[in-house]
Amino acid sequence: MNLPATSSVYLDAVSKVYPTAQGDVYAVRQVTLDVQPGEFYSLLGSSGSGKTTTLRLIGGFEQPEYGEVYIGGQVVTEQPPYQRNVHTVFQDYALFPHLTVAENVAYPLTVAGVNRSDIAPRLEEALRLVHIPNLGDRRPAQLSGGQQQRVALARALISRPQVLLLDEPLSALDAQIREAVRQELRQLQRQTGITFVYVTHDQEEALALSDLIAVMHSGQVEQVGTPLEIYEQPASPFVARFIGQANFLTGQVIADPASDSNGTTAQAVTVAVNGIALGAIAPHQRPALGATVTLMIRPERIVLGNGPGDTSTTGTIVEMTYIGQRVEAWVDTPLGRLKVVQLGDSPTVGETVQLTWSRDRCILLTASAA
Amino acid sequence: MTTARRPRRPWGLGITAALIYGFLNAPIAVLVIMSFNDSAILSLPFRGLTLAWYGATWRDRAIQTALLNSLTVAAAATVLATLLGLLAAFAIYRYRFWGRTSFRIALNLPILLPGIVTGVAMLAYFSQLGLGLSLGTVIVGHVVFGLPVACGPILTRLSRFPRSLEEAAYDLGARPAQVFRGVIFPYIRSAVIAGALLAFTLSFDEVVVTLFLTGRENTLPMEIWSRLRTDITPEIAAIATLVLVASTVLVLLSQWIVKPDR
Repeated sequence: MNLPATSSVYLDAVSKVYPTAQGDVYAVRQVTLDVQPGEFYSLLGSSGSGKTTTLRLIGGFEQPEYGEVYIGGQVVTEQPPYQRNVHTVFQDYALFPHLTVAENVAYPLTVAGVNRSDIAPRLEEALRLVHIPNLGDRRPAQLSGGQQQRVALARALISRPQVLLLDEPLSALDAQIREAVRQELRQLQRQTGITFVYVTHDQEEALALSDLIAVMHSGQVEQVGTPLEIYEQPASPFVARFIGQANFLTGQVIADPASDSNGTTAQAVTVAVNGIALGAIAPHQRPALGATVTLMIRPERIVLGNGPGDTSTTGTIVEMTYIGQRVEAWVDTPLGRLKVVQLGDSPTVGETVQLTWSRDRCILLTASAA
Repeated sequence: MTTARRPRRPWGLGITAALIYGFLNAPIAVLVIMSFNDSAILSLPFRGLTLAWYGATWRDRAIQTALLNSLTVAAAATVLATLLGLLAAFAIYRYRFWGRTSFRIALNLPILLPGIVTGVAMLAYFSQLGLGLSLGTVIVGHVVFGLPVACGPILTRLSRFPRSLEEAAYDLGARPAQVFRGVIFPYIRSAVIAGALLAFTLSFDEVVVTLFLTGRENTLPMEIWSRLRTDITPEIAAIATLVLVASTVLVLLSQWIVKPDR
């Protein structure tokens, strides 16, 4: 863990509490985040997970009851938004309706008292950066959703903040342009080198854009990791289920790495599921021998037939769904009912098939926080 | 070919509406006609068209003084009422304080209470304080009912103000005063002006509260009222017509200002 001094944004055990008649409700509980300069950092969670509250704590719209907020190494916990070197792109864009696009984009410079002559070139540059150089004279109401979003981006970027906060910026856009804008966002972040903190409930968006993802649930951080880590090695059943699909198996640890005779990696464990010994890896914590644990396998990591892999079992196909580019099958095996997703030819229901996977796709999870 | 079916026109409803509308406005029309009547007394029949009564009004010193008083009172009361109304509306919009709902209802009491109650109450209050009656006390009286009138439209407009605009302004580095000047006020400006015009019109026409609170000076409606008891000439009709025209212009202006931006 890095020191707050070198981090772009550092939340130190931050909690936001709302008092209610039933007692205190934690919107955010003991959240610690470390965002490094130039990172594209996503807060991923469903509504009510505390991701937006966390963003508002960084922006200064809310103040935490416990913990400290650092921006650029400085404690800003009690500073109002206008003293923080952080700008926000709001979900509804929040463009000023009575101002033109140019006046909107120049607003941060205008209120900071920058000379008119110094504003013009920076305005031009900002509008060019988001590919709307000719819309300066329009009013926000005359723009499409995508154009409004570019204006909001230009306005938030013109004064080169240390951190840009984005609150579900793509959620109001049509599905067709969402993907194009997503690519542009990533490009914009690389181009400017500004730290982005991005709030979304869309797992695909988070996976596609982020350097790091913090998965939030019930006001707490479930896991922080790269998109690859989050998807391939989820820490908890919640994360496994929230991002993608997962098969869960319950069993007892019968061999830990130290006693594992054919242990390939230091993380390897062997778990007995329904009396069958199953190889798995434990990337997050060392389980105790004999402990009851949950394993996870992604449905697309299981191959129907004799594929590559060091683990296999046989089963009967009980259900099949054909969805165009892929086939989803439910297979009854000695380990339990497993879901398998694969491309290509569909097997038939009732068929007996072999299932194969490699042990490092079988992940030992830790218990969810909630 | 069959003829297209047409919806039945509600003729009866239209005629009824026209009659009621006529009933409401006929007296005003009669008054306007009388102001042009070449007759020494305020009554019909119409004896011929003249502008003499408007000329008499123009030269009437007492009317001039009363008009000036009325404008002074209305202007001062409007400025004060709008300023206080703006503050009250902002407090209700922004803060969740104890007694907020009661505050809101109490603010509207002066409109709901009969003017005579307000008049008597303030008269008693001022005499307890030992304040002499003057145009100043009239202004205070007019502010009392002008405040809720000015506050109403501002509050309505503010309640539709998107909070994220304010947050965006703060976020982009604007200080509270800059946020108010640059973002909030432009949004509510038309409501402020509409409320002010309404408060002005009400103050300009007011009689009952003024009756209790004025000293020796007369406002225009008071002057008209006092003349009705002594010399009833069509000059009064001419004055009334002029007031009617001015009020109408103000009301139309306030409607026109509120409309364009929504």
